[in-house]
Amino acid sequence: MTILKSSIRTQSDEFKGNAEVMTSLVADLRAKVAKIKQGGGEKACTKHTERGKLLPRERIRQLLDVGSPFLEFSQLAAYGMYDADIPAAGIITGIGRVSGIECIIVTNDATVKGGTYFPLTVKKHLRAQEVAGENHLPCIYLVDSGGANLPQQDEVFPDRDHFGRIFFNQANLSSRGIPQIAVVMGSCTAGGAYVPAMSDESIIVKNQGTIFLAGPPLVKAAIGEVVSAEDLGGADVHCRTSGVTDHYAANDGHALELARRAVAHLNRVKQPHLAIKPPVEPLYSPEELYGVIPTDTRKPYDVREVIARIVDGSEFAEFKQLYGATLVCGFAHICGYPVGIVANNGILFSESAVKGAHFIELCSQRGIPLVFLQNISGFMVGSKYEAGGIAKDGAKMVTAVSCAKVPKFTIIIGGSFGAGNYGMCGRAYSPRFLWMWPNARISVMGGEQAASVLAQVKRDGYELRGETWSADEENTFKKPIRDQYETQGHPYYASARLWDDGIIDPVDTRMTLGLGISAALNAPPEKTEFGIFRM
Amino acid sequence: MFDTILIANRGEIACRVIRTAKRLGIRTVAIYSDADSAALHVSLADEAHHIGPAPARESYLIGERILATALECGAQAIHPGYGFLSENAGFAEACAAAGIVFIGPPTEAIRAMGSKSAAKEIMAGAGVPLVPGYHGQEQDAGLLQREADLIGYPLLIKASAGGGGKGMRVVERSADFAEALAGARREAMSGFGDDHVLLERYLTRPRHIEIQVFADSHGNVLHIFERDCSIQRRHQKVIEEAPAFGMTRELRSTMGGAAVAAAKAIGYVGAGTVEFLLDTDGSFYFMEMNTRLQVEHPVTEMISGLDLVEWQLRVAAGEALPLSQDQFAINGHAIEARIYAEDPARDFLPSIGTLRYLRTPLETTHVRIDSGVCQGDDVSIHYDPMIAKLIVWDCDRSSAVRRMKTALTDFHVAGVTTNTGFLGSVVSHPAFAAGEIDTGFIERNRAGLFPETAPASDRTLALAALDLMLSRTAEAACRAEQSLDPYSPWHQSAGWRLNCDNYHRLHFIDGESVVTVTAHYRPGGYQLDLHGRTMMVRGERDASGALLADLDGRRITATVVRADAMLTVLDQGKSHQLGIHNPHAVSELDEAAAGRLTAPMPGKVVAVMVEVGAQVERGVPLLIMEAMKMEHTICAPCDGVVAELYYPVGATVNEGAELLAITADVQQATQ
Repeated sequence: MTILKSSIRTQSDEFKGNAEVMTSLVADLRAKVAKIKQGGGEKACTKHTERGKLLPRERIRQLLDVGSPFLEFSQLAAYGMYDADIPAAGIITGIGRVSGIECIIVTNDATVKGGTYFPLTVKKHLRAQEVAGENHLPCIYLVDSGGANLPQQDEVFPDRDHFGRIFFNQANLSSRGIPQIAVVMGSCTAGGAYVPAMSDESIIVKNQGTIFLAGPPLVKAAIGEVVSAEDLGGADVHCRTSGVTDHYAANDGHALELARRAVAHLNRVKQPHLAIKPPVEPLYSPEELYGVIPTDTRKPYDVREVIARIVDGSEFAEFKQLYGATLVCGFAHICGYPVGIVANNGILFSESAVKGAHFIELCSQRGIPLVFLQNISGFMVGSKYEAGGIAKDGAKMVTAVSCAKVPKFTIIIGGSFGAGNYGMCGRAYSPRFLWMWPNARISVMGGEQAASVLAQVKRDGYELRGETWSADEENTFKKPIRDQYETQGHPYYASARLWDDGIIDPVDTRMTLGLGISAALNAPPEKTEFGIFRM
Repeated sequence: MFDTILIANRGEIACRVIRTAKRLGIRTVAIYSDADSAALHVSLADEAHHIGPAPARESYLIGERILATALECGAQAIHPGYGFLSENAGFAEACAAAGIVFIGPPTEAIRAMGSKSAAKEIMAGAGVPLVPGYHGQEQDAGLLQREADLIGYPLLIKASAGGGGKGMRVVERSADFAEALAGARREAMSGFGDDHVLLERYLTRPRHIEIQVFADSHGNVLHIFERDCSIQRRHQKVIEEAPAFGMTRELRSTMGGAAVAAAKAIGYVGAGTVEFLLDTDGSFYFMEMNTRLQVEHPVTEMISGLDLVEWQLRVAAGEALPLSQDQFAINGHAIEARIYAEDPARDFLPSIGTLRYLRTPLETTHVRIDSGVCQGDDVSIHYDPMIAKLIVWDCDRSSAVRRMKTALTDFHVAGVTTNTGFLGSVVSHPAFAAGEIDTGFIERNRAGLFPETAPASDRTLALAALDLMLSRTAEAACRAEQSLDPYSPWHQSAGWRLNCDNYHRLHFIDGESVVTVTAHYRPGGYQLDLHGRTMMVRGERDASGALLADLDGRRITATVVRADAMLTVLDQGKSHQLGIHNPHAVSELDEAAAGRLTAPMPGKVVAVMVEVGAQVERGVPLLIMEAMKMEHTICAPCDGVVAELYYPVGATVNEGAELLAITADVQQATQ
């Protein structure tokens, strides 16, 4: 193995300047997350706890093994998307250890609009189930929700990937032997009633949890029956009479203890099919990533400086180092797990794309997880390259990425533009997880390029008509385009819409990847069969 | 010398005797009851014989069976240790009849010292000073009153046949004598079936000074200096030291001479102890003679360099004493502390249970530990609850005191409550350092020796919290090792969160209240929120299980022992117990609401005042238990109906046993 040598000078002004910018980006991210963690605000939280209920994050803490990491997904979901503030889209999802087993945890936050499902709430819930399905992780639903958010019903109810899909997923996950456990800690009304009902095992908290297809007001309106919520669908009804739930809990803590007990009896053995080594910390401090990343995304730097701060012992066995040098490929270990790393080091040429395809084939053949470090402005353009067949070479890489069945992990560490996003395993290519750094940008092309392209088209029109277009006018034309791209390409904008699984502090990259890879090992390995590579 | 000896005892003294016998190449035979089948003395001996059920009167006290065992295994001698049969003349006689050597004095000597009044007559005859008193046979009340007035007050009435404080009265003035006499007689009659009493002057600040004597069958008698055993509680020695503080060469020689005279007067052979009361003016009076090896003999060994058990064996084998009086001298100072499973805060009530954890200080030339138990052993209701004797030695008294303090701090026991903290308070007391010791020491210094059971300090809570968190980490590491994915970051227990910090809340039961400590995960440690202040803690456990902690930069070593939901924090020689509270555990909540009707200590049910079905009000007495001569009343925790009685009068119950069930009135319960 070759140990990567860093040529970064941590005392340089450039390093310090970079670090300062990244520090402020991370600080902003942490501040946003801190705010989001407060859920529906002090008043709603007080009301919640006064009823003897634990706050959703406290529920997760007590459900998890003491000290277990919790890999939370999409903390910024729905950030700035609705008229009202819907922190984390009113639902907390992630992976955590329960009774020694990695589980998907889906927790409604009743302090946020009564835990009702906004469109992004549904999307986040379904994404968690998707992660469960891909990685064979048991699901624990801590239910406390008023169901679909009625004013948003058209965006929540009817379509394929809407509310109903939750239950479709539960049935199909269960059919694949992926346990479904529900803990009813609040309301479970109408469609929501199916969450516990569709689960393999369900737990309900007395005087708190209720399950019914129609609540007391609807019952009264429909058939004139006057009944309390507890008598209609409380713990006693469902544990003693209806059999909708299996376990009777005296309070939240008891219910979570019962959920832990249920997981302890799942009889699951994780059997990783990887040659795992004792992990070694990188030789270079991951903190230095702050100073490595230039403040200007267009400024080139050696991506090996990033790799050196993520992989075990900074050891990296590079593949085809002298060929297609704008794509760095090689083998390394992260937290002891073997990985194949595909990292951008400039724009993609035919050679680099073909090299990437080759490397992905190698990893697929050997069952080695792939890690994509994305920082790409796109494929090379121009007649020379088109004639050289860059389209078919790019297609080879896209085919390889699309078909590879080994676990894939993508981190957008810089720009993610155009077809580069595809070749480098963007969201559409179903990596097991996709995370962004706070400095990243994502759009079909860079804001400046988009503005220039549109300006060029416009200028061509003017010139065709023999008119002139001043530089000032052009600038005025380009500014809103640039602004739009800057806003929409921002990680907060992306994360709010669940284009990723979350924004991570660069320092946490190694840990996050380690947790992700380990979680992915719960699924049995799949054999890869590639489509036709156009030659 | 003997080839084989049987040790008719158990615990530390059996182990002590075996140690010397082994050194001398003598085979040892141990005996054991049902309760001791796995005891240390059994494993140390070359051979061990079962001799009966746990209660001593059905095993260790059955002389015939022990003698038969000795004959069967070819033992030529029996070492009785102390207690049990050690001062039983009948047993000594039976040994002699069976042709087995009883390692102790001749039968006559035991008999002579067995009755206190008879002993005093002999001593008076031998010129040994006696406390002014009346030891006559005439027991007429009028005569006793006159004798009492002659002796003067304060004065002590004692049962002739008594011991252990029963049938004893202190009378301050003449007018109170008649009533006190009547009381003492009643107790003596019920306690010993004999209401004979004797009268003695009561010394206000006497010291208990005893002289170790040794005699052989060739007429040699010598003394091996004195021991000061003044630190006593309820007539039981707690701390013993040698030499005695402030003892002059002259007084030692006078007292030693008196003790030798006493031994000669009864034709003594072997190891014996003559106990004196030493008055403040330097006058001393014979109290009694113990015709056996004393519990506290190690302090004499430590300052003389002799092995008293070896001497006992040699003398019993007919050899002459190996040294003469002028061939040995006092070297340095030794102190012994008796470590008991008892609760000083509850009037030294024995603490019965399992020794979940036992770590003693390292044995060196300065520290000696005589113990008969190991970690995992039970301290049972059947025998003396002594765990060990801790003996320290140094060149002078103040150095020895310092060593004792340190050694007590390093003596860690969990599972039962011990007196180590109390012993530490005694030896740390300025009056002890100043030598202001007499038999009233503990009573007089009560305030300084029994600190209130204060709430856990921040330091104690921090240690408990750190230890619990380290336990979790250790458990996680253990799970990781067993996993097929052993290096997975999911095994980590530092509470990792994405883009935010994390914490864990710990709840402890401290006495009657619940204390919450929040542990914020920090790199390499935890930041604790304690009573409104914060403390940065980190640490690790060493190979012995001790906790090496760093509390806000201060490095300390402590021990935290966890047994079920109980944590014992052993720190700075004190022990503090904390329960681990799970606020969400339902069964606990329910139980607490119902009130606990459990035995507070092991003992016997002596009275049941209610019947099944009886309606009771909160606070009424339901049942009386007796343990260690003390009564304990169990009262109703709430209004209700007696649902069930689990024990009849006379039943023996363990600590924590449920005694009866009460169904609470519904109204009451919901209030």
